[in-house]
Amino acid sequence: MSDATQILPDMTPATAMIRTLGLIAAICGLIIVAAYQGTYSAVQENKRIAVERAVFKVVPAAKSIVEYFALADGELRKVGAGEMVPVGAVKFYAGYDEAGKLAGIAAEGAAKGYSDFVRILFSWDPVKNQVTGFSVVASRETPGIGDKITVDKDFLANFPLEAKPDGKALAHEIRTVKHGSKTNPWEIDAIAGATITSRAVGKAINDTAQMLLPRLAPHLEELKEKP
Amino acid sequence: MSQTTVSTWEEFMEGVWRQNPVFVMVLGMCPVLAVTVSGINALSMGVATAFVLVCSCGLISLLRKMIPKEVRIATYIVIIATFVTVVDYVIQAVSLALYDALGAFIQLIVVNCIILGRAEAHASKTPPLPAMTNALGMGIGFTIGLLALGCVREILGAGTLFGVSLFGTGFQPWVVMVLPPGGFFVLGAWLLVFAAWERRKQRKFAAQGGGVQHV
Repeated sequence: MSDATQILPDMTPATAMIRTLGLIAAICGLIIVAAYQGTYSAVQENKRIAVERAVFKVVPAAKSIVEYFALADGELRKVGAGEMVPVGAVKFYAGYDEAGKLAGIAAEGAAKGYSDFVRILFSWDPVKNQVTGFSVVASRETPGIGDKITVDKDFLANFPLEAKPDGKALAHEIRTVKHGSKTNPWEIDAIAGATITSRAVGKAINDTAQMLLPRLAPHLEELKEKP
Repeated sequence: MSQTTVSTWEEFMEGVWRQNPVFVMVLGMCPVLAVTVSGINALSMGVATAFVLVCSCGLISLLRKMIPKEVRIATYIVIIATFVTVVDYVIQAVSLALYDALGAFIQLIVVNCIILGRAEAHASKTPPLPAMTNALGMGIGFTIGLLALGCVREILGAGTLFGVSLFGTGFQPWVVMVLPPGGFFVLGAWLLVFAAWERRKQRKFAAQGGGVQHV
């Protein structure tokens, strides 16, 4: 046996190392799978409640929701359990009142704010063609400055906001304008000192609305009653 | 028998006080500074870290004789990551709001140096009971550290404690305290308090003729 291949007496054999690592991987695998399966139903229920609460907040008349995809080819399809958003599709929530009539549409939008992406959920009234309000899903905006978007009375007075689908886009682009210069019903008057976050709200609504609302317009009849 | 009781107690108190991970060893500063914007965040992060510490130290100690030293770090990380994954699922099942508030810092418990440090320096050399006792003490010590920061930052930065308003509507919050710089201010202030306490204790000890005390 040459020097190069000689195994030192205190060296752990490779089989022992592989055996240990294999055993530990098996134990850890069991623990992880048990934890995943044990918490799965509670996690799914929590997610469902979180979505419902968020939609009920922006569509107060709603008592139940149905999740849909507005597909890239213009068709609508109900969301299956745990289904991912298909390429080019927009997910939205149709809120229905106690009688099963459509109370409003809610959809998520996101745009870059001051610290990170501001994710919001906004509601759209298909009868009046208006965005009626919004709530924040996730935001890391500066406390006391950017987070005023949910409490500032003047900012909230921007809603309802005109959002009328026309052909393949909106009749007027929703945009945030400098504080005090709002002249049209589709413009958002920014909060003085929190312009970047205000702009993020406008862009988040506009980006989603430009894609979603024109696709919804031809299907409003079928959405009117709860399926 | 009494000797065993004392040593178990000392094992436990090492992390809670004498070698407190936050105020004495100044370890795991990433979650200490980042998630302590409120009392509830601090408490949840502390409990999650303590759970991972106790479980991973227990399992590592149990398997210590069969883990070859060449693969010990890989083994420890796999075990720690397993319990972090368990905590991740449990927090999602308990509250999604809390899960969102703690964000990536739950997953980052994997790289918390307190846990790997305990595994390497203690659990790999001691039987399961003392290893878990020591880990529990460290976990509680870490939770105390997080709570000390979280409560002060929430009271000053939001005027609330565990979500309960303390000063009424007229209170103007000291917003910087819930922003990243606030974490450094409050941590600095606490370290100052602990250093002053330690110095006072040493002076007292020296005055009693004990010379320099090493802790």
